[in-house]
Amino acid sequence: MSTTRIGIQTLLRKEITRIIRIWSQTILPPAITMTLYFVIFGNLIGARIGEMGGFDYMSFIVPGLVMMSVITSSYGNMVSSFFGAKFAKHVEELLISPMPNWAILVGYVSGSLFRGLIVGLVVTLVSLFFTEIKIHNVWIVLSTVVLTSVVFSLGGFINAAFAKKFDDIAIIPTFVLTPLTYLGGVFYSISLLPEFWQNVSKINPVLYMVNTFRYGFLGVSDINVGVAYGIIIAFVLILGFISWYILHKGIGLRS
Amino acid sequence: MEYAIKIKDLVKTYGDGTQALKGVDLNVESGEIFALLGPNGAGKSTLIGILSSLVNSTSGDVKVFGKDLIKDRKAVKSMIGLVPQEFNFNMFEKPIDIVANQAGYYGVPRKDALARAEKYLKQLQLWEKKDSISRGLSGGMKRRLMIARAMVNEPRILILDEPTAGVDIEIRRSMWSFVQQIAELGTTIILTTHYLEEAEQLCKNIAIIDRGEIVRNTTIKDLLKTLDIETFIFDLDRHPDEALLKTLGATHKDDCSIELDVPKSKDLNSVFKQLDQAGYQVSSMRNKANRLEELFVKMIENKGAKA
Repeated sequence: MSTTRIGIQTLLRKEITRIIRIWSQTILPPAITMTLYFVIFGNLIGARIGEMGGFDYMSFIVPGLVMMSVITSSYGNMVSSFFGAKFAKHVEELLISPMPNWAILVGYVSGSLFRGLIVGLVVTLVSLFFTEIKIHNVWIVLSTVVLTSVVFSLGGFINAAFAKKFDDIAIIPTFVLTPLTYLGGVFYSISLLPEFWQNVSKINPVLYMVNTFRYGFLGVSDINVGVAYGIIIAFVLILGFISWYILHKGIGLRS
Repeated sequence: MEYAIKIKDLVKTYGDGTQALKGVDLNVESGEIFALLGPNGAGKSTLIGILSSLVNSTSGDVKVFGKDLIKDRKAVKSMIGLVPQEFNFNMFEKPIDIVANQAGYYGVPRKDALARAEKYLKQLQLWEKKDSISRGLSGGMKRRLMIARAMVNEPRILILDEPTAGVDIEIRRSMWSFVQQIAELGTTIILTTHYLEEAEQLCKNIAIIDRGEIVRNTTIKDLLKTLDIETFIFDLDRHPDEALLKTLGATHKDDCSIELDVPKSKDLNSVFKQLDQAGYQVSSMRNKANRLEELFVKMIENKGAKA
């Protein structure tokens, strides 16, 4: 087994141990939040909304809410874990080791992907108490959730690398991530919006992720799924390169 | 002679313009315990940071066992273990995980990593604490944990940045013995310390760094030879009077003790003769504290005066 692969496995094991050790902070909160969303938006308000995109409102929002929890968990995991390691300086354990920069990145992203998928699975299981889930195409569901989790893990990494204090890791989730997610078609179809706002919505990358994921479940989407894949993969490559470059140059990590 | 480390014209200028290293040249022989001394802000940590890939150099060459630090970084990293000054491990992890994970980052398979972690935690008397949360360890244990972590990849060079700061005498002595043991097995050790006694006890060669420059690089033995005055403390049979202090040029230390600077050109027999003539008996005599410390302070002061 190559030494690099052992390094990645070690880092992933460390991350999984951390996520499981503090499960009440990493896995439980999104499950509770999403249960409340299902109860309030799905059951209480959703019953009065009627259909959305040809499906009852609860069925419509389940994929969006699962994706929302995956996005926030993946981003949150990376930003807190990597900034925590930087702040407490134990990131130096990795920086002095012979692990290549890309391997450090793969290790951390895999950890965030693990948390994103676990949270996504838990929220999906919770949703089964409220509605039935149909799956139109399981491969689209799985590929979208993995790619989206990777995109936001990389985003969290970039945020953590530039952050100098704990406040800096709260700014992006509050002022960028939350608005993008709420306006990314989680709760509504953009076909309800006037044409101008439909076009504005299309510059939001989360829209493509949520709609592709929803297409995997329901077979309906506001946007072209092929274009959506292209955009998501482009984000993975661009953010992946920026993250690697940060590690390569040691931005925010080495003097 | 094989050099573990060869540094040539190493410069480090930080983003704010601070020049931490101004063309450092330094050679460390393979298998030796080498002392790097200097006051705070002299450039020791920057030099160590560059060697351990935590700081990027501005210019200059660094070779570790013949491998270039920049061109062959992976190979160089594999040969170095670092014990930093500040605690830099996850305080919420267990010692066994901290040490075994570090081995994993160096490519050691899990089974072997756990075996190595056991070996070094036992050597550093931490095995009983292997499953404790590291935050709860004492200061000395935390420092030993960092040594175990640095040793787990079995490095050819171990860098110890003030390893005994804040630990009690007993633990300090046991750490010295551990350092000597691993040096005997062939590991090259670079030691920075504020305890000059430590350098005198452990090291053969020494470099003194000040304001980003190496001001001396020699053997400790040769360095001490340059000390032209030694300070002695004489314990007398009774309280010394002013006349005696004036005659000898000594200072009254406490109760029946006097402190006297003796130039190397003067032999101690003349001092004893003067004391005898004045009617004093010497019950004991000792060298004052640390000779290296005096020399170090003198060198740094002289350099400061010239600057």
